[in-house]
Amino acid sequence: MQILQYLINGISIGAVYAIIALGYTMVYGIAKMLNFAHGDVIMVGAYISFCVTNYLGLPSIVSVIAAVAVCTLLGIVIEGLAYKPLRGTSSLAVLITAIGVSYFLQNAAQLIWSSSPKNFTSIVTMEPISLMGGQLVITGEVLVTVAVSIAVMVGLTLFTGKTRTGKAMRAVSEDRDAAQLMGINVNQTISTTFAIGSALAAVAGVLLCSTVPTLMPTTGSMPGIRAFTAAVFGGIGSIPGAMLGGILLGIIETLSKAYLSTQFSDAIVFSVLIIILLVKPAGLLGRQVQEKV
Amino acid sequence: MKKILGNKNTRTNLVTYLVVIAAFVLVKACNSLDMLNSSQKGYLVPICVYISLAVSLNLLVGVCGELSLGHAGFMGIGAFAGVVIAAVLKDAVASDTVRLLLAMITGGLIAGVMGFLIGIPVLRLRGDYLAIVTLAFGEIMKNIIGNTYVGMDEEGFHMAISTSKMKLGEGGKYIISGPLGATGVEKLATFTMGFVLVMFTLFVVLNLINSKEGRAIKAVRDNRIAAESVGINVTAFRMKAFVVSAFLAGMAGALFGLNYSSMTASKFNFNTSINILVFVVLGGMGNILGSVISATVLYVLPEAMRSLEDFRMILYAVVLILVMLFTWSPKFKEAVGAASEKITGLFKKKKEVVGNE
Repeated sequence: MQILQYLINGISIGAVYAIIALGYTMVYGIAKMLNFAHGDVIMVGAYISFCVTNYLGLPSIVSVIAAVAVCTLLGIVIEGLAYKPLRGTSSLAVLITAIGVSYFLQNAAQLIWSSSPKNFTSIVTMEPISLMGGQLVITGEVLVTVAVSIAVMVGLTLFTGKTRTGKAMRAVSEDRDAAQLMGINVNQTISTTFAIGSALAAVAGVLLCSTVPTLMPTTGSMPGIRAFTAAVFGGIGSIPGAMLGGILLGIIETLSKAYLSTQFSDAIVFSVLIIILLVKPAGLLGRQVQEKV
Repeated sequence: MKKILGNKNTRTNLVTYLVVIAAFVLVKACNSLDMLNSSQKGYLVPICVYISLAVSLNLLVGVCGELSLGHAGFMGIGAFAGVVIAAVLKDAVASDTVRLLLAMITGGLIAGVMGFLIGIPVLRLRGDYLAIVTLAFGEIMKNIIGNTYVGMDEEGFHMAISTSKMKLGEGGKYIISGPLGATGVEKLATFTMGFVLVMFTLFVVLNLINSKEGRAIKAVRDNRIAAESVGINVTAFRMKAFVVSAFLAGMAGALFGLNYSSMTASKFNFNTSINILVFVVLGGMGNILGSVISATVLYVLPEAMRSLEDFRMILYAVVLILVMLFTWSPKFKEAVGAASEKITGLFKKKKEVVGNE
């Protein structure tokens, strides 16, 4: 029974990673940049939600909507101010700028909300379900997180597959120059991608802090790196890959903490990532792109 | 003599060495005249360490074209290996300088060996995937160092991954105690040794860049397939650059570790790797003197802004973003170009100004 409980916990944290990874993978797939500020947008989302519920006393659903709205705006502003002017230049330049943005967000948050941790109250009010005479407990957070991550994955798949904007995104991701020649507004498409990625980050932030209730200016960075690993794990640029990578990473993390070693869980998670990348260099579900000579 | 100085590479290298030597002499002079306060003196060794780290990472990122996000991992290995060696040799070697040198060399060697072992799987990958795997290795190394216990007693040297497995005899003491890190470290590091380290790093990297190996490495960076087709063994050269870079980072780490009385593994995290990368990118990829200058300026800048307290890191972030935008953005370059054309246009009376579109 114990193992089932660990599995459920793993899936729960993995589903949060999956939502963050979905944002990463969208941005990487389309803008071809490693957005290191993504983790910090998560943190901002969580703080907004915290403030709306605790200081304004509004219901939690309003706080989620507010977090999504603020983060979407934030994503568009960051993209427009910091990344857009560097479009088409070295990818390292954009990477460093993203790091600058990440520092900025973390320190701005520290200035506004101070570095002392806040106790985030879960937005989920559902009673935990206990199965098999209390041996197996599934909390409301687990159910909501898993449901949201599946919904987001399905939504994104449909969006990129069926809608006009989604198709434009895929075209930009495939070949930016050719897409531009076909009349696609590349800049606008990338901005939209950032808006979607940041909105997902807000949702992930709220769910992350509902699962792990400590909120600090650095809350987003480690899950950000983990989710990024998850995105690579599943094959960066692939939507189902990000979902699979996130869930697997969560499960591996929880199981290795439970059965192998608590202190070395980081080393185990990253070792698994390295092994997977050596066997499948493009990730689990990634497409291997043949290099043309 | 003229012939040697006529070579552009030799001249740039000479300038790099001269700048470093001049800076060293200047600082030494200021120091002997008591012009530096104690906190400024405290910056000197870390500056040397970060210069070496930036130069060695530049070899990897700028010259070799491989984005590495795990440089701090090698630094950490070097730091802890150096601390252990310095403590173990305490009674055997009397001279502090010799002990420091031995610690640095051992730190470098162990980091270099780790670099080789990591390089075997990592260098199969390219581009962003390589970056991620180096990130992963950096985290793994930090995680392992942070949970290792090293101690010494009459019987000799002990190493384990938990306190319960450590069987230290009476009178034995811990050199590294897991998450608490190394404590009670003798501060052996000196600024002169830092200078020696910087000069050694520059010597190794500059000579490597201008050698047959260096040209091969650059060829691999510019076009891997073309380089391969003219018979360059791509993996071997990438490996060379990787190991040399790890070795130098390990040496710098050992000096860094012996500069503080205590040190934890969390110091060598992802953020430190990123900071070193920022030095390299802002200094200019493949530009060694640029790395030296940017490491110095960017290390001193946040320290100098300490009086601003909370605003300091925000300002640092803003400066970082603005510098990146100003140096890389094509629009900004265009605007500068147009402006300078306008200004020169003022002096050329009869010619029409065509700068603006």
